[in-house]
Amino acid sequence: MAIAAMQGFAGLSFFSVLLLMALGLAIIFGQMRVINMAHGEFMVIGAYTTYMLSVQASAMAPWASEYYILLAIPAAFLTAFIAGMVIEVVMIRHLYHRPLDTLLATWGLALIMQQGFRTFFGAREVSPSTPSWLEGSWRPTDMIDIPLNGMAIMLLTLLVTLGVVWLMYRSRWGLRVRATMASRDMSMAVGINTRWVDRLTFALGCGLAGIAGAAFTMISSTGPTSGTLYIVDTFLVVVFGGAGSITGTVVSAFLIAQGQSILEFFLGSSMAKVTTLLVIIGILMLRPEGLFKSKVRR
Amino acid sequence: MSYTLPKILEKRGLPGLLILAFVILVFVPLTMDVDGINLTGRFLSFAFVAVGLSLAWGYGGMLSLGQGLFFGIGGYAMAMYLKLEASTPEATRIQSTPGIPDFMDWNQITALPWFWVPFNSLTFTVLAILILPALVAALIGFALFTRRVTGVFFAIITQALVTIATILVIGQQGYTGGVNGITDLRTLKGWDIHSDSALVTLYYVNGVLLLAVIALGMWVLSTKYGRILMATRDQENRIRFSGYNVAYFKVFIFALSAFMSGIGGAMFTLQVGFMSPSIIGIIPSIEFVIFAAVGGRLSLLGAVYGTLLVTYARNLFAEAYPELWLFLIGGIFIAVVMFAPYGLAGLYEKYVKRRWNAFLASRGWKRPNGSDDDALKSQLMDAKPASEASK
Repeated sequence: MAIAAMQGFAGLSFFSVLLLMALGLAIIFGQMRVINMAHGEFMVIGAYTTYMLSVQASAMAPWASEYYILLAIPAAFLTAFIAGMVIEVVMIRHLYHRPLDTLLATWGLALIMQQGFRTFFGAREVSPSTPSWLEGSWRPTDMIDIPLNGMAIMLLTLLVTLGVVWLMYRSRWGLRVRATMASRDMSMAVGINTRWVDRLTFALGCGLAGIAGAAFTMISSTGPTSGTLYIVDTFLVVVFGGAGSITGTVVSAFLIAQGQSILEFFLGSSMAKVTTLLVIIGILMLRPEGLFKSKVRR
Repeated sequence: MSYTLPKILEKRGLPGLLILAFVILVFVPLTMDVDGINLTGRFLSFAFVAVGLSLAWGYGGMLSLGQGLFFGIGGYAMAMYLKLEASTPEATRIQSTPGIPDFMDWNQITALPWFWVPFNSLTFTVLAILILPALVAALIGFALFTRRVTGVFFAIITQALVTIATILVIGQQGYTGGVNGITDLRTLKGWDIHSDSALVTLYYVNGVLLLAVIALGMWVLSTKYGRILMATRDQENRIRFSGYNVAYFKVFIFALSAFMSGIGGAMFTLQVGFMSPSIIGIIPSIEFVIFAAVGGRLSLLGAVYGTLLVTYARNLFAEAYPELWLFLIGGIFIAVVMFAPYGLAGLYEKYVKRRWNAFLASRGWKRPNGSDDDALKSQLMDAKPASEASK
């Protein structure tokens, strides 16, 4: 029982990072149909921002190194957001009419970004200092040991998910985004500045990846190629959930993360991963549109 | 529309094929030493995949990010045969179980696994190389295309498949050689594949096979089937409503591209002397797409030149300036996708061929626009690539 609870919790931490990554991609890929292979690199931007802040905090104001993480999350969002906006202006906006080519171009971008990280930060993996209030764990019973940083990530994920749902489905801006993606010409006709909608939507997706990066530093160390490890999983989460559906993304991230961490207990990590991927592909063959079908007609 | 084969080749670029044949079979062997020839041969074994991708992606609209899977099947099949030949009981007598490949012995496996047994036969191995990749591709394609999985979703699923294959190969160390792959391959039916004469012979075999594969691709494209394939890429539903079963057309071309990749994999193993998961993973699979994109997705010949250009550039830069290399290849890739979607072949059609034709016309040697086919092709090259979104 205790082992099951802890294994389940390990799955939940994985679920959190996966979901944070996938939310950004659900917007970029699900709504805009841009296949951003550099999404993992935007996550790494967020992670390195957090690391830099941690280094700066302990160098300039030691008392701040306890709380830098609170500043790091918005900072990670902002850097990735701005980077995303620049990329949209320079590259992505020329490619909206050929989705498969965005895949290739962003792959080139990912290579450049990886090498950029390597040049600036070195090939060695880095990790920021963890504030003392995030260390340690919560022990409801003697057998169960739940790390605090995992709980912090889950809380962050919950807040971000609620924020995204509000932004996309309850705010005026979200309405404009969905209108633009459903019918660009019609949206332009009613006076929506679709060019800015595109730009901000893409940047928002990248910013969410940045937040994922800030969370990522709490559970793992960051290297120049950390992003690529997650990109296949993240795309599968979005496709499996049904592109364009936030509910679908949450459910599929949960199923994939939990499935994988439970199987890991029985089969070992590599077979668990293979089995999960095969099951996902199998289900996608039966239901190509994913778990939750988007109601928008394309 | 019935043409004889030579006529089709003439119409579809026999001169180009002859030039390529000259480059591969005459120019390279004359100007390079054995190491250079072997290196070119390795690079050309990747060109099989690029040619297959040009068919499946450029003409069929199916962007597969999983061609490494088929390259791997061909390569591993060849490697398994060569490994078994190298693991005679005499050569492996220091092992606790003589007669099985060394990595199995290291992983405490005491008998040859059942799926290794048939690879004792060269006939079976060759058949496996020719049939297995196409068969696997046909199964995948059948499952996906009859469910109308297209475009992006197809790309992501093929990428997931190649991920699975890599994880399996690395994880099942005792059966596959794991991360190191299958190494120390020496002889083929007693013929030392590392000797100079063998390397040159293999290079020629590789070159002739590549030319044959390109000719096959050109022939397929020149048939009515090729026309339907291209029409499907541009307007899938219209073809479906015209009464064609679109899925079968796509399955066939996907299997054909896998068949080509498999041959390339086997030739790679023969020329390099090992096979490992680092050659079939996600990143190599995307690199194959880079080769095809740089060469020009609509040109089977361009795919070969694209492969040679990128691999030689990597060979030159990656060792001298490893830092610059990723910036360079990333930049080239973005530039090709954004500014020259039809790659080298597109640039050639647009700038060189058109001027050449104009020059010929100014001398009164040729009609201004060349043949009708040329005019059609240059129109195609001018147009933006068709939208892949199903809007």
